[in-house]
Amino acid sequence: MTVDAVVVGSGPGGSAAADVLTRAGWSVVIFEKGRNHLLDPAEPTRPAADYSNDEIKFMFRHFLGPDPFLEPRTFRTGPEDGEHSHVGEVNSIPSTVGGGGTHADGKVPRFREDDFRLLSTFGPQPEAAVADWPITYDELEPYYAEAERAIGVAGVAGANPFAAWRSGPYPMPPGAPMYGATRSAAAAEKLGLHPYPAPTAANSVPYGGRPACNNCGFCSFFGCPIHAKGDPVALLTRVMATGRAELLPETFVSRIKTAGGRATGVDFVGPDGVERSMDARHVVVAGGAVETPRLLLLSGIEHPLIGRHLMVHFQTIVVGTMAERLHSQRGRAVTHVHDDAIVGDEASRRAAREAGLPWLRGGMVEHGGASLPIVEAKIYPWGEAHQSLMADSPLRERLWAFIMQGEDLAYPDNRVDLDPTVRDVRGFPVARVTYRGRRHELAASAHHGERLQAVMNEMGATWTAVTTSPGAQHLGGGTSPLPESRHVIGTTRMGSDPATSVVDPWCRVHGLENVVVADSSVFVTSTGYGPTLTLVALAARAAAGLAGTTLAVTGPG
Amino acid sequence: MPVWLSDDEYRILESVCARLVPAVDGRPGALEVGAADYVDRLLGAFEFDPPLVWAGGPTSGRMGGDPRFGSFHRLTALDELAWRTRIEGSQGIAEREFNGPVVGLQQRYREGLAELGTGFCELDPPDQDERLGELPALVELIYGHVCEGMYGAPEYGGNRHGAGWASIGFAGDVQPRGWTDAEVSEP
Repeated sequence: MTVDAVVVGSGPGGSAAADVLTRAGWSVVIFEKGRNHLLDPAEPTRPAADYSNDEIKFMFRHFLGPDPFLEPRTFRTGPEDGEHSHVGEVNSIPSTVGGGGTHADGKVPRFREDDFRLLSTFGPQPEAAVADWPITYDELEPYYAEAERAIGVAGVAGANPFAAWRSGPYPMPPGAPMYGATRSAAAAEKLGLHPYPAPTAANSVPYGGRPACNNCGFCSFFGCPIHAKGDPVALLTRVMATGRAELLPETFVSRIKTAGGRATGVDFVGPDGVERSMDARHVVVAGGAVETPRLLLLSGIEHPLIGRHLMVHFQTIVVGTMAERLHSQRGRAVTHVHDDAIVGDEASRRAAREAGLPWLRGGMVEHGGASLPIVEAKIYPWGEAHQSLMADSPLRERLWAFIMQGEDLAYPDNRVDLDPTVRDVRGFPVARVTYRGRRHELAASAHHGERLQAVMNEMGATWTAVTTSPGAQHLGGGTSPLPESRHVIGTTRMGSDPATSVVDPWCRVHGLENVVVADSSVFVTSTGYGPTLTLVALAARAAAGLAGTTLAVTGPG
Repeated sequence: MPVWLSDDEYRILESVCARLVPAVDGRPGALEVGAADYVDRLLGAFEFDPPLVWAGGPTSGRMGGDPRFGSFHRLTALDELAWRTRIEGSQGIAEREFNGPVVGLQQRYREGLAELGTGFCELDPPDQDERLGELPALVELIYGHVCEGMYGAPEYGGNRHGAGWASIGFAGDVQPRGWTDAEVSEP
């Protein structure tokens, strides 16, 4: 049997591609190396009931995977660290049916017009491979709109003065603002910033047969127990409802088979540990920007840029303790954001000049709180003070946080390749991440961190601190060189020229035109925005290109 | 009766709990909320079927809905491999050593508690604190689990009757009730 398409990975990208392909009448097999806790195994058109408000299961026991014992990754900041300096969890996006969509708190902004033409708008940067995308915002806009309808996004058109144009309103109004966010947004406005309700893929009203979010607060890093988060359950349930898709969880694709410049199928290892093969007319790779290049490299696909230009978001984290309790465990984890650090102003241009750089770009700033008592407890020391600290709760009930998802430029030496010695449980070489922030990231972080601290003080903080992830010694607070960001981007860069890119403008691998990459690996720039909505839009566009269909305008997923 | 620890080990662990998170001002500490039971059930997770690794969903019954947390998830063969290795150690078993040997939690606890010995229980609190200060790696291990046993779901064995949550005014798992919009947005 030869299927029309194999989709490797069941996250937002794979789901979006499978959605378009099944609607075009294709037979699709979706491979997922993790377990299925998302769809009811007896009735995969319905969500399962496995998620819960359980901090132990989600924060400390790898419920969504990957288990770092079974599927470690390795890390180093550069070759000077040797083969690797860390083995275990590295930028892990959930390895489970639904992928990264399951644990995200669902902030799904669009990119701006400028993001697609970074080089022609701002010019080059030392060391960095700054480039324009081969497509424009205008070309992608209809796919953004369709993605928002399909997964269900709540927001207010026009609330963000810096937003790109949009062809219509958000499908839903925003949900309830967190109390802390109402205070931090007021403080930010007073200092001339422009906060707005975060575009969020959590239902504010019943949508697509799923209920409205009931503000339980176990959002970031948790699967949604009531499936009010639309990504990717909305897409996967409708894929399964076509009857043209088969989902194979606990099944690891180890190789894309190729012959004569085309893919012919995949080799895979199922839950029984047995290696098998499947023939396919097309292969869609959607493993995320770490696992996707790993699979291409395991398959022996040769292109010198596979795995290069890895970007994360360089996070600047500003925390403050308030006199008042903010009860941040209630609500959607983050309800407000601002984009001023992306757009820049005279002060950021001055900071760039002082750093000897042509320009600086920050990222979207998330206004959020802290909600979880075990995480909090482990920060405090043991002993007599523990219980008083927990009851007074300066780092949970009274804590407020700004996290800037700083734009990370593309550098060829920040990359994913195969670790020379470490193996996964099935015996395959694991992905090695080589990464460090450079002058642009450090300078942007230092500049915006200071400004965010001023907002925190305006909000009434009695204590503030600035850290970064990965750690930046110049700020004093950063510790680990591992980036915490789960936004991984850029390892199979998109472009028209095969010499400078891995996939073409339709996300087909140069030289292997029936292989499509359907995740954030294809991004040319990281932007300062979370990648999810853009990768869903790009995956749908790539799948439409593959199937030769035009964009279908559908309703809720 | 402890599930995996010996009675002596359990008694030492309880004494450690009492120092890591002491009861203060009428608020219970780790001893009172049963953090030692949490550790014992982690070490003895495979004495149960299904093993006590991942509690069920979507609701506990504490805020309505069915009491499902107590129905622990079944593990796949790979899950079992990971959790047995983590808890029992690799013990020279080839399939657990694909990246080298692993020391399990059981061994770390057994050796650590033996190092403290039952004599630890008879020391005065300041002497106990001094002794713990000499064993930072062991304390880090136990303290992490004690925090989980204080403020994690009671189905894992600690946080007896939600006493850890009550001591800090945390509501615990709130599905299916959630919070009203007013409870989110108002002071």
